[in-house]
Amino acid sequence: MVSDVTDFASLAPAYPEMLLAIGAIVLLLVGVVINKERSTLVSMLAIGLLVVVAALVLLQPADGVLFNGVFIADGFARYMKVLVLGGSAFALMLALPHAEENGTHKFEYSILVLLATLGMMTMVSANDLMSLYIGIELQSLALYVLAAIKRDDPRATEAGLKYFVLGALSSGMLLYGASLIYGFTGHTNLQQIVIAIANDGRSVGLVFGVVFLLAGVAFKISAVPFHMWTPDVYEGAPTPVTAFFATAPKVAAMALLVRLVIDTFEPISHDWQQIIVFLSLASMVLAAFAAIGQRSIKRLIAYSSIGHVGFALVGLSSGTQGGVEGVAIYMAIYITMTVGLFACLLSLRNSNGYVENIDDLAGLAKARPFVAAIMAILMFSLIGMPPLAGFFAKWHVFLAAIEAQLFVLAVVGVLASAVSAFYYLRVVKVMYFDEPTSEFAAVPNELNVIMAVSGFLLVTYYFTVGGSLASAARVAAGSLF
Amino acid sequence: MTFANSILTILTFLPLLGAAILVFTPKTSLNAIRWIAFAVTVVTFVLSLAMWQSFDPSNPGFQFVVNMPWIGDSIGYRVGVDGISVLFVVLSALLMPFCILASWESIETRLKEYMIVFLILETLMIGVFTTLDLAMFYVFFEGTLLPMFLIIGIWGGKRRIQASYKFFFYTFTGSVLMLLAIMAMYWNGGTTDISKLLTHDFPESMQTWLWLAFFASLAVKMPMWPFHRWLPEAHVEAPTAGSVILAAILLKLGGYGFLRFSLPMFPDASAQFANFVFLLSVAAIIITSLVALVQTDIKKLIAYSSVAHMGFVTMGIFAGNALGIQGAMFQMISHGLVSGALFLAVGVIYDRMHTRDITAYGGLVERMPRYAFAFMVFTMANVGLPGTSGFVGEFLTMIGVFQVNTLVAFGAAFGVIFSACYGLWLYRAVIFGALTKESLKGILDLSLREKVILYPLIVMIIFFGFYPAPILDTTAASVDALVAHYSASVGLAPVEAAVVAH
Repeated sequence: MVSDVTDFASLAPAYPEMLLAIGAIVLLLVGVVINKERSTLVSMLAIGLLVVVAALVLLQPADGVLFNGVFIADGFARYMKVLVLGGSAFALMLALPHAEENGTHKFEYSILVLLATLGMMTMVSANDLMSLYIGIELQSLALYVLAAIKRDDPRATEAGLKYFVLGALSSGMLLYGASLIYGFTGHTNLQQIVIAIANDGRSVGLVFGVVFLLAGVAFKISAVPFHMWTPDVYEGAPTPVTAFFATAPKVAAMALLVRLVIDTFEPISHDWQQIIVFLSLASMVLAAFAAIGQRSIKRLIAYSSIGHVGFALVGLSSGTQGGVEGVAIYMAIYITMTVGLFACLLSLRNSNGYVENIDDLAGLAKARPFVAAIMAILMFSLIGMPPLAGFFAKWHVFLAAIEAQLFVLAVVGVLASAVSAFYYLRVVKVMYFDEPTSEFAAVPNELNVIMAVSGFLLVTYYFTVGGSLASAARVAAGSLF
Repeated sequence: MTFANSILTILTFLPLLGAAILVFTPKTSLNAIRWIAFAVTVVTFVLSLAMWQSFDPSNPGFQFVVNMPWIGDSIGYRVGVDGISVLFVVLSALLMPFCILASWESIETRLKEYMIVFLILETLMIGVFTTLDLAMFYVFFEGTLLPMFLIIGIWGGKRRIQASYKFFFYTFTGSVLMLLAIMAMYWNGGTTDISKLLTHDFPESMQTWLWLAFFASLAVKMPMWPFHRWLPEAHVEAPTAGSVILAAILLKLGGYGFLRFSLPMFPDASAQFANFVFLLSVAAIIITSLVALVQTDIKKLIAYSSVAHMGFVTMGIFAGNALGIQGAMFQMISHGLVSGALFLAVGVIYDRMHTRDITAYGGLVERMPRYAFAFMVFTMANVGLPGTSGFVGEFLTMIGVFQVNTLVAFGAAFGVIFSACYGLWLYRAVIFGALTKESLKGILDLSLREKVILYPLIVMIIFFGFYPAPILDTTAASVDALVAHYSASVGLAPVEAAVVAH
């Protein structure tokens, strides 16, 4: 389908991306003109822009394939884009308090987040190996800089460098895989690849290509065994940046992965299923055990996010519509939990700055009962305890796995979640059962609001958003089948 | 909104509303907090009585049913009670006011949070018994872990952290396997509606796995020997009210689960595993009774005796006949009253002396005659003396099992003897003898609040001992239907059950 670029109305499916791109450039100009050390205005405008783009995605739904078939807008893409935009907006909000200390006070921070978000939206809407790669690179390059945005801090610089080197490696693998796929099918367009595979059947070279491609994406979602960078980068990067890393990019990469395996490699589902099942099993089990020994909260969150990717992949490995629905719900709940978690983390400051070790949380329940209560809710939700939202996330993905008769995966998965309860509970234990050892500073209002919203959604999920989220996810998944 | 379609929803969520009110009560107005919590639990109890009153015992099906779609097509809002669940709702609502009263002064730190957690726990407990949606059953079943973990961990004794962890992990690990079974049932049956699943025939090969997965969770909850290791610690470390809820209600979730799911939904597997359950039950009755004999901690002794008494319940359930199941039902209700009462009674002296060591007591009858009387009634009921509610359940389960397997009944009879041994020994050590210990010289008899807690329980235990009909009549129709269904599925001639009902 060839579209005429001069016919503006036909570009409707790409309006959100265009608006975001133009907005980011305008804000860049605004930032340069204001030229102040601290620029809250640009941050606020950036948040506003993200909200407007999200509203555009939601309120003006337009399906279609554009630009010679490299760009696709459908229900699935819209659902994931809203999650990505929401995650980015919250990440910008989280960066507002104590911005100088985090290095996020520079106006470039907001611009980079916007550009990364644009990259993610491109990933979500990619319908061609080329646009897929462009999206990933746009996102990744912005993220590398963000990791090192606090440039005088050796830890942040180290994190940025590590992220860059490993990210480049993964890009290389992804490109290699893409070139193999192109070589063996003769197409870069995802839809044409499906047709080519369906006609010619699978070949060893193609499977090789798929393995490399999936390995590259697995880096981005930090699934085991491609997870090594995650704890280091999460720990080293400034906390608001980590919050951003843990939310939107994960969703975008997951959306990309879903589209690739469900749509493009549908004819060779038996081959990719083994890969996804392995990634899922390895992520769940390794994260459950590796997190037990962690003392730093951010490393704990890193392992926890690895584990959660594993759980989300349980849904994907079923390869069914129910499974994709599960993944969609899982990512939405995961984002809510992660945003809340980082809001808690950013509001925990003692005389030495941010609290970094789990043991420093001792007695938080007495000193800051509200933060402790939200944190406890989050921990129980991350475990997957009913009636909190985390349980319903797991419910949908495991249900899909049972229906696809992946019993071993399901049993290992739930046992891993039982093991993972151990380290989540330790946080609750330290906060509630131990005596306070240090004073905690007052909590900024915007963080209180985010925590309250996140806590409210997680606790009342069953009564409030559960129904509508499930039906939105059904529509999203339906557009892929 | 009529009484019939709103009562269960109100019962379930009224305590939660109370918890929400408490959230906005200032933390320093301790009396307001206590009275609000107490009032909410009393109102809930009164409503539960009203519900029991309008419950039709001749109808074996579910009553007060509400059925609405909710999340996606897998999870719905479905509630209803039948003869098997209705009494557990009443029992939960009955014991909560006592728990609040028992915590009136003994909880010194974070009273507000304590009461909130207890009210949330009440909502979850009532929810387990009223829900008719399989997924929501799991939600409530597992949800009870959360408040209990906090209750043990925050307000517990010295080794509370270890106890709360142990409690959490044993139950959580068992339960996640049940979760998978629940999903598989949804996959095979196409619905999470329990009332529909009760008539669904699961393939025989699948039943075995489903049964085992449910067993993993229920046997830990019950707890059956050898999965009981978490229980003594959790009981010992929990505050008095926590022990009461644990022993009186949470253990019953196991028995309830067997009756609601294992027996009617997986009849073939249940028949196949019945001997295995008998073996574990008899082992529980004999071994834990012997273990109880050597305990030096009062609460630990009662905890082990709970495991032994639960052995009678599982034995009765898997006898699969009306006598056995009626007996098991009665035993569960009775044990709820008796073990609750025993823990409350231990709480009375613990509040005074702050020790649970048996050797720290002796000769209490001299200073505390009223307490001695109350404790005697509870001990006798625990032993299973005729004339107390403890006798009826044990007796019925033994007859029920005797019809199926005499050897098992023979083994279980030892448990009755042993329970007399440790029960009487405990009573003698704590209450009788000379009051020689200096620390006990000033100990006071029951206060008004403690009388309000203990006396009604004495009355109920003796009343149901002499006149068990209110309980047996309520359960009869549903149990008969369950037995008929079970016997038909496994190809046994149904045993005439009418004798038990009256």
